[in-house]
Amino acid sequence: MTTQPKEIGAPEAVPLVPEEAGIALARPGVRPFAIGAAVLAAALVPLLFKSFVTFQLTLVMVYALAILGLNLLTGFNGQFSLGHSAFYGIGAYTTAILMDRWDIPYFWTLPAAGGVCFLFGFLFGLPALRLQGLYLALATFALAIAMPQILKFGPLESLTGGVQGIVILKPDPPFGLPIDADQWLYYFTLAVLLVMFAAASNLVRSRTGRAIMAIRDHPIAAAAMGINTALYKSLTFGVSALYTGVAGALGAIAIQFVAPDSFTFLLSVSLLVGLVVGGVGSIPGCLVGGLFVLFVPNLSEAVSTGLAGAIYGVILLLVIFVMPSGAAGFARLAAVHLARFNQARNRFSDGRKK
Amino acid sequence: MELLLQQVMAGLATGGIYACMALAVVMIYQAIDHLNFAQGEMAMFSTFIAWQMLQWGQPYWLAFLVSVVLSFLGGIAIERVLFRPIHNAPILSSLVAFIALFSILNSLAGFIWDFNIKPFPTPFGNKPLLGALIGTHQAGMIAVTLGMLGLLYLFFRGTRLGLAMRAAAANPESARLVGIRVGWMTALGWGMAASIGAVAGMLIAPVVFLEPNMMLGVLLYGFAGAVLGGLTSPGGAVLGGFAVGVIENLAGTFIPYVGRELKLTIALVLIVAVLMVRPSGIFGRRVVSRV
Amino acid sequence: MTLTRRSILAAAPSALALAALPAHAQKKYDTGASDSEIKIGHTNPYSGPASSYGVIGKTETAFFTMINEKGGINGRKINFISYDDGYSPPKTVEQVRKLVESDGVLLLFNTLGTPTNTAIHKYINQKKVPHIFIASGATKWGDPKNFPWSIGWQPNYQSESQIYATYIKDKHPNAKIAVLYQNDDYGKDYLKGFKDGLGDKAGSMIVSEAPYETTDPTVDSQVVSLKSSGADLFFNITIPKFAAQAIKKAAEIGWKPVHILNSVSNSIGGVLQPAGFEASKDILSTFYLKDPIDPTWKDDSGYKEWVAFMDKYYPDGDKTNVFTVFAYTVAQALVDTLKRCGDTLTRENVMKQVASIKDLELPMLLPGIKANTSATDFFPLKQLQMGRFDGKAWELFGPVITGAVHA
Repeated sequence: MTTQPKEIGAPEAVPLVPEEAGIALARPGVRPFAIGAAVLAAALVPLLFKSFVTFQLTLVMVYALAILGLNLLTGFNGQFSLGHSAFYGIGAYTTAILMDRWDIPYFWTLPAAGGVCFLFGFLFGLPALRLQGLYLALATFALAIAMPQILKFGPLESLTGGVQGIVILKPDPPFGLPIDADQWLYYFTLAVLLVMFAAASNLVRSRTGRAIMAIRDHPIAAAAMGINTALYKSLTFGVSALYTGVAGALGAIAIQFVAPDSFTFLLSVSLLVGLVVGGVGSIPGCLVGGLFVLFVPNLSEAVSTGLAGAIYGVILLLVIFVMPSGAAGFARLAAVHLARFNQARNRFSDGRKK
Repeated sequence: MELLLQQVMAGLATGGIYACMALAVVMIYQAIDHLNFAQGEMAMFSTFIAWQMLQWGQPYWLAFLVSVVLSFLGGIAIERVLFRPIHNAPILSSLVAFIALFSILNSLAGFIWDFNIKPFPTPFGNKPLLGALIGTHQAGMIAVTLGMLGLLYLFFRGTRLGLAMRAAAANPESARLVGIRVGWMTALGWGMAASIGAVAGMLIAPVVFLEPNMMLGVLLYGFAGAVLGGLTSPGGAVLGGFAVGVIENLAGTFIPYVGRELKLTIALVLIVAVLMVRPSGIFGRRVVSRV
Repeated sequence: MTLTRRSILAAAPSALALAALPAHAQKKYDTGASDSEIKIGHTNPYSGPASSYGVIGKTETAFFTMINEKGGINGRKINFISYDDGYSPPKTVEQVRKLVESDGVLLLFNTLGTPTNTAIHKYINQKKVPHIFIASGATKWGDPKNFPWSIGWQPNYQSESQIYATYIKDKHPNAKIAVLYQNDDYGKDYLKGFKDGLGDKAGSMIVSEAPYETTDPTVDSQVVSLKSSGADLFFNITIPKFAAQAIKKAAEIGWKPVHILNSVSNSIGGVLQPAGFEASKDILSTFYLKDPIDPTWKDDSGYKEWVAFMDKYYPDGDKTNVFTVFAYTVAQALVDTLKRCGDTLTRENVMKQVASIKDLELPMLLPGIKANTSATDFFPLKQLQMGRFDGKAWELFGPVITGAVHA
């Protein structure tokens, strides 16, 4: 047995913040412009494409948000979770119950779902403090497996709808805007996504964020330096659950249906796959993860119905081989190589001038 | 009282399945420090190979042997081809690679052999033992699991090769310095784990019926058992597997009102509770790290 | 010819006939239908824990290939688009939206599963797309007033278990009943119908209920606990894999109750053979389809036709699996419905034809069982016959019973 436990999610020596790698793309002023262009492109999508594509991209954003939740816990804080399908499900059911049983408007259900999930996440994070690595994985995994059973539980049926689930209606655009429900939901989801991604980005770059990452990289040193590891770890659990819970709420509204067997641990596995493909510890990578989780299974099915799973597996393996640190890691490496190439070329041309 | 005894025995019988799987899981964990999600599917695939040989009219012992040998070779091949290239990647990437392997094996098995259930024979027969408390097959399964455990213990403690494997897993750098081919030790570990998985699959199939999805539930419970017992202890894993079977049964039978519908939840809650007290599993060694 | 009154009168009928002709030859199409093809949408679990049902989609694909080779329906080829939903409701929603909004199908056919179909129920009715011959035994598909575009097919689960309840009240009025059921809508639907059928005796007769999840490796421990409850009648609500396990385990522990098996799992090849013919003796169940390896139908013309179809178009298919017969039969019902639409391939006309099935007999339905629908009756198949397994074949007995839970 190794005497040093391997840290989960610790990226390689390539710095997180691209500025430090001296990459032109990260010059101040360029980044906000790039983000702005991306947002504009995203905003144009529903107006240019069919309703079905809008629907699919709404789901991509939902999964990206869920993956971001997992990323905060596993990528930035090193706590391994296989249980995020449970938080996604709790968020979804919170929204469904509030909308269906108590007629609460959909936008209020989001903070409610987030709050409920934060509470559950925090409470779960407390006993989880004692567990490391794969033992924590089992505990979270137990949560994921237990969730469908709890949702089907007889005495709770009047609340949860039991095995029949709950059907909800998609909200109509407000203020009589000339767009349809799908488009409105897309914009709503996009707005929520931008706000939450920005918040996560701020969190990660703040002192709290550094503390969280310090706990991941050197837990004992962090504790020795006075960081209240227990509090930060539990809070991170809570925030992570909150993000995935809000994603679940949005997902429920998009699909218009919740049922216990929609939230099995297979969903947890999908989120994990999305996390790794996008890049552990990368916030923009979550979007790549979301795209992968939604489109690659469809792609595999289109190639061969009988061997869809095998093709999915092969594609996944290729992605891991070519980009072991996910899309974000790949992009970072590519950018570093590009910068070095530029530097060498400049030096060469400078030399020629002499 | 009779019900208690019956449920405990039934729990041990089902637990035998989990124990077998848990042993394979821990074997691979010891070799590569990762949890192999695809362990169950590898075992299922090996069992299908044996089944195919039986379909071709071969006797059971030959099918068994061929499956075990092919699984051994297959395990080594998977390690060399799939995991060698990514062994420096972050842990989570390897985990996802296992998930990919799971998907491939499951889909391939369904494609080749379809999804209908198939009966798989047992060399132990199906007569009741001990006054119908347990069947001959279940007893045989428990005996084989314990036997494999014993053989593994002898191998790791008593042979040079076993020592070399333990050294390679514990401290790869130092092991290289004394001349151990660490890469091949890992491959050997994979091969052994695959063979154990094959045996597990062939013991489990007569009970649950052979079909591509037969191992998913077993893997979950096996994983739970392995973690309960401690991932560093094969003996603990086997005990953990039995414990999971018994706990689940007793919870389902005796806890009033909620027991029936939530027996899996209760079993897992109990396991997590145990982990609170013993965070590395009951028999696991505490990992100490230098700051 | 001079235009006399007589000549005009003589010409009138043919003129009228000429005027009428374009109206008869008028074709009306909705999205998904054209002169050359009819697009049909379908979702099935080809992957995931329910992948054993994928054989239904494969059989239907083969069947429509055969129909196309024989000239199609009224000269139009069937374009059967079937997607995998892995039995996951969110995936079903995505795939169905793709079928309706991107692929532009005329109708949805035989989509499988109860939660999966529930997820698209409202959507498909809002979009006014025919959602026909749903592959699920839930009772909610027969509700033309609220969901006029959805219609079921098979005899629903509650009707079936009420037949068992009636049988028990008649033949085993003092039985102590143990129930093994899958902990989802399918299992609970059966259980509900059963309890409703037993009425106020349900509480006293049912001495033990044991649920299981599809992630459970075996149901052995449930069977052990059911036996220890002292029950002498066993109602087995399980899917094929667990049904076989339960039958085998019951025999192993020496438990010989009166054994009633739900119709989802009464396939000889798929369940009784793996479980063991000895262990399966005297099991009771209900039927509306002919079991393909039942020797009773060896020389039946319908059976021979089905074998010929399987041999030519789906040779890899498992001829012992009753799901293939299910798929074959429901596909025939679709072909019959579409034929009766003629050239008016609008969604409204499809529903109109679906709601006017009269005594449709199909070759693999049991003799005496016919499909019937009306504007208020959206349960095409309502009849079942009971049978007992004699160790080799299903011996049908009693009359063809009409299920109690319908329009």
